[in-house]
Amino acid sequence: MRRPAPEPVQVVKQRRDAALGALVKGLPFIQFLGVEFDRRGDELTAILPYSEKLIGNPLLPALHGGATAGFLEVTAIIGLSWSYIWDDIESGKIDPTKVTPERLPRMPKTIDFTVDYLRTGLPRDAYARARVNRSGRRYASVHVEAWQDNRARLFAQATGHFLMPARDE
Amino acid sequence: MDQDRQNLARQFIEAIPYAKALDLRLEAIDDGVAVISMPYDERMVGDPSTGVIHGGAVSALMDTCSGAAVMSHPTMAIATATIDLRIDYMRSATPGQRIKTRAECYHVTRNVAFVRATAFDDDDANPVAAATGAFTVERAKEGKS
Repeated sequence: MRRPAPEPVQVVKQRRDAALGALVKGLPFIQFLGVEFDRRGDELTAILPYSEKLIGNPLLPALHGGATAGFLEVTAIIGLSWSYIWDDIESGKIDPTKVTPERLPRMPKTIDFTVDYLRTGLPRDAYARARVNRSGRRYASVHVEAWQDNRARLFAQATGHFLMPARDE
Repeated sequence: MDQDRQNLARQFIEAIPYAKALDLRLEAIDDGVAVISMPYDERMVGDPSTGVIHGGAVSALMDTCSGAAVMSHPTMAIATATIDLRIDYMRSATPGQRIKTRAECYHVTRNVAFVRATAFDDDDANPVAAATGAFTVERAKEGKS
């Protein structure tokens, strides 16, 4: 029995990056914050490049708690949407040549979001990763961890619950 | 709270870079209660198919307003930082409308302030979001004024 030849690497990357790009472009607030996403296979790392407008306490200076919260919530929503569309990207149900923000499934809606501020957010880049702890047909629970210089020293973490968009079968 | 302290609070809040970026406006502040509003802005949309503002922008409004409530409390904190903040999103804010938050610092201990906040759009009867949070209380060192 012969296996089909594996897809060329650039085809795989192009498909995944196009889908991620469409997902991120569909959220104006991501551009407002300046958040970028780094993809390694299906793993996403959100990056919040430092910008002066993100400061909440000019004396320290420190990142605004609201900027941190927004960064974590964006990371959770994109992480959840990404895990939700991954199978459709890989199976070809979502056509990479035709992905636009309008053609992607609706975004999950935040039910609640709790942010735990562990350390002062320093005036430099921040990173975050989301972990989908449970994703059912209607509800999902997502945990997010954010750090700056040192992956093991989190400066904030959050847990959110989300209402999943209706799936048309 | 006297007029001087209220003016000082307004200048202080409206000078915060991220509060400026979101165009936050202090509407009222007095003894542990603050009201801050945020205009509708297309740059802050979370879902272009509906035009609804992203929760992350509402979080910043809630956080700023809660911190202002702590600072205005008669306990006279000289600084505060968020320990944790939970936000419940009850409904989507109506696109095009200003979102207004009222935060109340309802209890203060030596080191911690507890705050509740509610956000509304033009429909005062149905809140858009509610928040509860704990904040640090930094006090002036004893013996110094």
